Amino acid sequence: MPTATTTMEAPTTATAAQRMRPVSRASEFAFRGLCLAMASVVLVLVLIVGYQLWRGAGHTFHRFGLSFLTKSDWDPNANSFGALPFIYGTLVTSLLGLLIATPLAVATAVFLTELAPNWLRQPLIFLIEMLAAIPSVILGLWAIFVLLPVLNEHVFPFLQKTVGFLPIFSGTSFGGYSVLAASLIIAVMVLPIITSVSREILRSVPDLQREAAYGLGATRWEVTRIAVLSYAKKGIFGAMILGLGRALGETMAVTMVIGNANEIKSSLFAPGNTLASVIASQFNEAADDSYRDALIAVGLVLFGITLIVNLCARLLLKFGTADAGAVH
Amino acid sequence: MSSDNPATVAVPTNRAPAVSSRVVNFPASSALPAVSPTDAVAIDAREVNIFYGEKHAVIDATLGIPARSVTAIIGPSGCGKSTFLRCLNRMHELTPGARMTGSIRLNGENLYDPKVDPTVVRRRVGMVFQKSNPFPTMTIGENVTVGLRLNGVRDKAFLRERLEDALRKAALWDEVKSDLAKPGISLSGGQQQRLCIARAIAVQPEVLLMDEPTSALDPIATAKVEELMNELKRNFTIVIVTHSMQQATRVADQTAFFYLGKLVEFAPTRELFNNPREKQTEAYITGRFG
Repeated sequence: MPTATTTMEAPTTATAAQRMRPVSRASEFAFRGLCLAMASVVLVLVLIVGYQLWRGAGHTFHRFGLSFLTKSDWDPNANSFGALPFIYGTLVTSLLGLLIATPLAVATAVFLTELAPNWLRQPLIFLIEMLAAIPSVILGLWAIFVLLPVLNEHVFPFLQKTVGFLPIFSGTSFGGYSVLAASLIIAVMVLPIITSVSREILRSVPDLQREAAYGLGATRWEVTRIAVLSYAKKGIFGAMILGLGRALGETMAVTMVIGNANEIKSSLFAPGNTLASVIASQFNEAADDSYRDALIAVGLVLFGITLIVNLCARLLLKFGTADAGAVH
Repeated sequence: MSSDNPATVAVPTNRAPAVSSRVVNFPASSALPAVSPTDAVAIDAREVNIFYGEKHAVIDATLGIPARSVTAIIGPSGCGKSTFLRCLNRMHELTPGARMTGSIRLNGENLYDPKVDPTVVRRRVGMVFQKSNPFPTMTIGENVTVGLRLNGVRDKAFLRERLEDALRKAALWDEVKSDLAKPGISLSGGQQQRLCIARAIAVQPEVLLMDEPTSALDPIATAKVEELMNELKRNFTIVIVTHSMQQATRVADQTAFFYLGKLVEFAPTRELFNNPREKQTEAYITGRFG
């Protein structure tokens, strides 16, 4: 009898809380610790890379000082190194590539969000994602076999004939290997990311904004202009910055088409070099220490430029938000 | 069988109804001077059917909306009242898969004539939405004049004049006249909605559609907008969709009750609420459903 009553009472007296497993502090601790450890791997990697670059570049900067950034002759045989042509090449190809890609990308994003019929939208988005998945070296090969001959035989002569009085469109072509070809390839490579991010931004514009414009009798173009693009312009600028980040560091395809010349030429038809492409094309031949250190210093400069450009962009973005005023 | 169909009702009009068998007239009420029998019909909707894909959202609605008065459309959620409102300026065409049959005439002109551009319709029939939606990148002044500037008006003096007139009509001028260069979204919720009304009336439309314009506003802001509607009906024909029957009784000269896509009853507001002809209307206004 007593046993019966205890077994009868046990289920009725044990509350839900008593039946639950005690809170495990150990697993909570392990979870936090694991996440922290994984996150610190990234930090440690960045620090290691930064330290190695700094140490490697140290000799070069010790020898040349800041003139490493301002000198434009790069002559490994004479043991004289100046990185200005590569800084110039990186900035020109990146900005030109961005300039070409942005209108294309924004127009594509507008088409995808505002105009495209449903049956066309998904295939197009898939194709754009595919474009992002093409390996850099494949794009480089395509450029060598298709883009460069077209540039060399048709585009450059045409530009020389029509706008050749401008220094940037004058001079001779070297089989198409040029700063302009590198800019075009960069444009192709940053197009997908600017398009996808811009598309997300445009999709986040509330329909109520579009309806407000439609309700005033706006045409599709006017709706896009006053309700969609002006609402989204800051986000599109952010998309461009993401694209710029990719453009600055783009290496393989650029190395294949830029012609690898260590000098600054005013003409876009002339070959050049970027910070990334000079490392890729010359690291194998860098036999002596000072040559190799100079290339590592170039890497540090690229690291620094990427950092500065991104910081400036963030400041611009922040500065830009001030004019929209207090939201509510 | 169509003669006893209660879904199609119209207020008395000057023109002879083309489908008189479907149109049930009711005697003009002397208690409501706002709807005098001589009032012209601004919007004449005949046998309007609207489909979203397979869904038949509005079924055979026929009604004539008198000019320079407030017409309320009430009914439970999903009854097609907003859909009907949106087809009055062809806004429903922005929804993929939307189809409409029947005819809607604005002051005698068929809005659905193949030669009529929907953007032109929307310039004549303005709209105010559930939530205020000023353009966030524009100033208060720019928000009001954007419709005129879209229509190619460049004359600064004229824009300035229309700006002040629209803001005065929207009862906002005194509150914002020294802040015209501030962003539109710096205003309070109620002010933003009146800014949107100013934006809609700046282009001097013939009709102003309001889709639950006070549903996001507090009672004080709501009272202001309602007061405003009373002023605006001197110049505009107003059609308002509202969830609030109290609001309909406060602002509307006549009220249409939609239920399950059908226009059940259309009558002067006092008559519809005091003496409904249809059982469904009575059930709805006494709170038995909806």
